[in-house]
Amino acid sequence: MNRISGIEDLQRIKVDYLQELKKYEKTVLVCGGGGCEASGCIKVRDTLDRFIAGNNLASKINLITTGCIGLCSHGPAILVLPAETFYVNMTPEKVIEVAQAEFFENKTVEAYTYFDKAGDRHIPRMSDIPFFAAQTKNTLRNCGQMDYASLEAYIARDGYLALANVFGKNDPSYVIAELKASGLRGRGGAAFPTWIKWDSMSKQPGPDKYMLCNADEGNPGAYMDRALLEGDPHSIIEGMIIGAFAAGARKGYIYVRVEYPMAVERLGAAIEQAKEAGLLGQNIMKSGFDFDLELRVGAGAFVCGEETSLMASVEGSRGEPVQKPPFPFECGVFGKPSNLNNVETYANIAPIMLKGGEWFASFGSEKSKGTKLFSLAGALENTGVVEVDMGTTLREMLFDIGGGVPKGKYIKTVQLGGPSGGFVKTNQLDTPLDYESIAAAGASLGSGGIIVMDNDMDMVETALFYMDFQRHESCGKCFPCRIGTKRIVEILKKINDGNGTSEDMELIREIASAMKDAALCGLGQEAAAPVISAMKTFPEEFEEHIHRHNCCAGAQGTKN
Amino acid sequence: MNQCSCKCEVDEKVLYDSLGGIVEKYKSKEGSLIQALHATQNLFGYLPEKALNCIAEGLNIPLSEVTGVVTFYTVFSTTPPPAGHLIQVCVGSACYAKGAKKLLERIEERLGIKVGETTLDGKFSLRLAHHVGLCGLAPVMMIDGEVYKQVDVEKVAEILDAY
Repeated sequence: MNRISGIEDLQRIKVDYLQELKKYEKTVLVCGGGGCEASGCIKVRDTLDRFIAGNNLASKINLITTGCIGLCSHGPAILVLPAETFYVNMTPEKVIEVAQAEFFENKTVEAYTYFDKAGDRHIPRMSDIPFFAAQTKNTLRNCGQMDYASLEAYIARDGYLALANVFGKNDPSYVIAELKASGLRGRGGAAFPTWIKWDSMSKQPGPDKYMLCNADEGNPGAYMDRALLEGDPHSIIEGMIIGAFAAGARKGYIYVRVEYPMAVERLGAAIEQAKEAGLLGQNIMKSGFDFDLELRVGAGAFVCGEETSLMASVEGSRGEPVQKPPFPFECGVFGKPSNLNNVETYANIAPIMLKGGEWFASFGSEKSKGTKLFSLAGALENTGVVEVDMGTTLREMLFDIGGGVPKGKYIKTVQLGGPSGGFVKTNQLDTPLDYESIAAAGASLGSGGIIVMDNDMDMVETALFYMDFQRHESCGKCFPCRIGTKRIVEILKKINDGNGTSEDMELIREIASAMKDAALCGLGQEAAAPVISAMKTFPEEFEEHIHRHNCCAGAQGTKN
Repeated sequence: MNQCSCKCEVDEKVLYDSLGGIVEKYKSKEGSLIQALHATQNLFGYLPEKALNCIAEGLNIPLSEVTGVVTFYTVFSTTPPPAGHLIQVCVGSACYAKGAKKLLERIEERLGIKVGETTLDGKFSLRLAHHVGLCGLAPVMMIDGEVYKQVDVEKVAEILDAY
């Protein structure tokens, strides 16, 4: 692609691409998200490719690999446009039947479409399926809708138009004002107002300042960021360039976890495309603004999701956190002013700049504006990556979107927000999913992971499992976390084996309190959250283990 | 002769010549140690001590600092990859909630080994994975990188017998 010098070039690319799309009778979007790739979508796509070529249909049928459509439990999935017919659990054999019916007879193979268990019927059209109908896909606007690998496709959906507008206004304070009006809070878990971070960094002396993206997604249960990284990589790049312009940064890093090789590959390709098109590098879109972006691949350390640890890792060091203050906006990577935001935060920037901060603030609840991505996992009919208004209740999420619990199982508890997020009970399902309400319920929204645990779960064993994870991932720098997590694991093992005493629970609380007061970083301070939350929500199970030396798992739960 | 990451036999000189290229690429880039280690491990399949010495010298970083970084991160290994087919069972929270513990126990029972070990015939090695980002498909395991999703513990024998 030639270098893009402004809005006119973007409009021309958009018009040309949309014109090209019009010539096809049908478009088949094959989900190329992480879940569907793992489920075998490549074979499905290749089968379709051969079918189309073999029947000389290439001029009529547009075959596209798209980003995560969202319903991971039912993949490999394909979407046939314009009718929006959604086929699930595809295999190479089934997709040939679908291709025959769709391309030659213009018919739907209803048996292969989504089956709604609650309504006992197939629902062929995607927007009629409750899983999708109940969502508001703003951040996920492009995922599952376009060719993830195409810069032209991104531009055809108004990609980089926000950036062009920002350059047109040429005023960093305008960007920060819109961000302030939006009420956007960091989506990685800390929920700190994004505008304050950018504003603080903009006031720091240059010229070396850094813009960073946290694509580490180390929280078990969280897989929403990878949907964006793999399905809409340019949305993150565009968000980072706008942020860099506002904050005065000239260099950026995207820190991606090594466990996401697809994300590394697709982001890398998108960065190269952007460079070639003059959207990264010097004099971006002839604005006079320079910004370079580089990938940094992690190496398997949960702690590197923490701000200062991540920055140490970007510098090529052990991922050990440092004390704050000084805060990264004053002294971060290589000792320079740095700003770190989560993937989802950056993916929200372009639409905020295009449609206005007030538009974003029209979604969500009073103090938690906008929409939020959640990743559903565990004992649910529908698992996947979803997006809803902040303030949607947990009940709506689990039943309207999640499709409820599989037959024969009951919800015992829901684990939210990663290991430090905590457990909520079944009598708390009407809690709105926003930062304040979940905190008031005794848990934390975190980055949006939701794991439904059924009546088979033993909460003492579960607490031990989580604490062993915390112990394993402790960086070891400060002793409250290094020793505290180890001691708690030892005590929990005792309780789990039926050798615990009631003093042990008090001891755990004491250690947790010390960790909260004295650990060096947020991860260490909250490392004992799993066991504290488990003891608070299921004290009777701990009592059973201690006094009766057995376990009462399966005794309680709720179906709806 | 040495084994490179694709398990063919490659002359050591060829590998260390390539390592020279890696060092050249990264020596002037600030903060590139971890990226250089990734490239080196991809080349050798692991991080031999001799290679670490080359990196330390080439990037002008004390060897103690290099090994400090290597031992901090779980993905780096100073020993050759495990023998045979590599089974990795994810024990992230979602996989745990969907029965990863039982799955692991069944595999250990079937193969007669524990996590971290290799079967006597060298056919399988068993390791844990910690959150691979496929939580919607829990419980997940991988064999030689190929993903098995929503694994039914009763199907373990069938899956392993196919190898």
